[in-house]
Amino acid sequence: METTAELVQFELVAPQRLVKSQAVEMVVVPCTEGDIGVLPGHAPLIATVRPGVIEMYENGMRTQSIFVAGGFVEVNPQRCTVLVEEAIATGAIDREKVEARIAAAKQALEDAQSEAEKAQHESGIEMLEAMLDAMESVVHTHQ
Amino acid sequence: MPSLKDLKNRIDSVKSTRKITSAMKMVAAAKLRRSQEAAEAGRDYTLRMDRMVQSLAASFAGVDGAPELLAGNGADQTHLLVVFTSDRGLCGGFNGSIVRETRRRIADLKSRGKTVKILCVGRKGRDQLKGDHKSLIVDAVTGLGGKSGIQYAEATQLRDKITGMFEAGEFDVCSILFNRFQSAMTQVVTLKQLIPFTASAVNDPGVKAGDEGGLKASYIFEPEEEEILKALLPKNLGVQVFQALLESAASEHGARMTAMDNATRNAGEMIHNLTLTYNRTRQAYITKELIEIISGAEAL
Repeated sequence: METTAELVQFELVAPQRLVKSQAVEMVVVPCTEGDIGVLPGHAPLIATVRPGVIEMYENGMRTQSIFVAGGFVEVNPQRCTVLVEEAIATGAIDREKVEARIAAAKQALEDAQSEAEKAQHESGIEMLEAMLDAMESVVHTHQ
Repeated sequence: MPSLKDLKNRIDSVKSTRKITSAMKMVAAAKLRRSQEAAEAGRDYTLRMDRMVQSLAASFAGVDGAPELLAGNGADQTHLLVVFTSDRGLCGGFNGSIVRETRRRIADLKSRGKTVKILCVGRKGRDQLKGDHKSLIVDAVTGLGGKSGIQYAEATQLRDKITGMFEAGEFDVCSILFNRFQSAMTQVVTLKQLIPFTASAVNDPGVKAGDEGGLKASYIFEPEEEEILKALLPKNLGVQVFQALLESAASEHGARMTAMDNATRNAGEMIHNLTLTYNRTRQAYITKELIEIISGAEAL
């Protein structure tokens, strides 16, 4: 806590890159058991993240929102680290591309042989649909 | 003394060798850039994943009932070494250094009375270890990383193989041996223990001093610890294997580029020397013929 008086160091990491690493006032992370808002000095926490939107707050305003496709979050008083499979700014989601991916995943689900494969594709489709929802909710708030 | 024709042939053959090595160097350089980016980009994720598992492991320390992937199965008898090498040769000391380290580890473990099993990733490692440790090799995985580079799915397949063997009780301790990419010139042979998870696995540079403060804190878990671990541990293994594959691929291309650069330079030097010899021999022939003609004319 001695390092950050009123900001929390937020890190968002995807396998391919470090998506975000910056100090913010508050960050809201969608966890499997409900959204959590992380402020500086938050109690240490480890939780699983569901597909949803991470919101970053600075100066009392929501400045950025990023869609994430499930993963883990670790919070300690100094830092909030979110590890995700995939991350994309909500503004950058392309409806057509996502729909194409849903169609491809559904096709793969039909072709799937084993139960494990089926479960994998099902969760993939769920994730993609959550991505579409995230995009739509952003469109609504902007209108 | 070789005839002029022989020399000419040798020069031509060295020239075509040089063409091949310099082409291979170019290809390796292009591949290196891509794989280096992938390896370096993956480090952030791997490091943080490691840190998270470490936090979890710390809260489990001394508690019974920790999952076996985290705490091990209590035994320390059979060691599995997963050795990451390349499928193709002509990459300098890349495979040699890994195999040498593997042999050293095997000898070390055996001297302590342990049983060793080897899982080879890459054809070269299998071929080189087959000579003296054939009985120890349990399996070999080859042909990873096609045209589009290493895929995460390939790492998960490898991970499933390892966890499958662990669950079947085929080994107690699993370590991976791979070349960590440092630069095109240097690769560092790295040994990392995966099962059971060790805190010492986090020896990456970039872990800042003072970060340990968070480790001793008792964490809140959402959902239950067991459930998080059940999701996180296989995930972590997959990520570690993936990173090892990426590092190994980047190292391979780096090593090959350096080796081919050397080969190209050596070929150039050889061509230079052969050309000198060729010209000297040619002059010697001309002189000899002149002497023959002159002395022939004088004799008349």
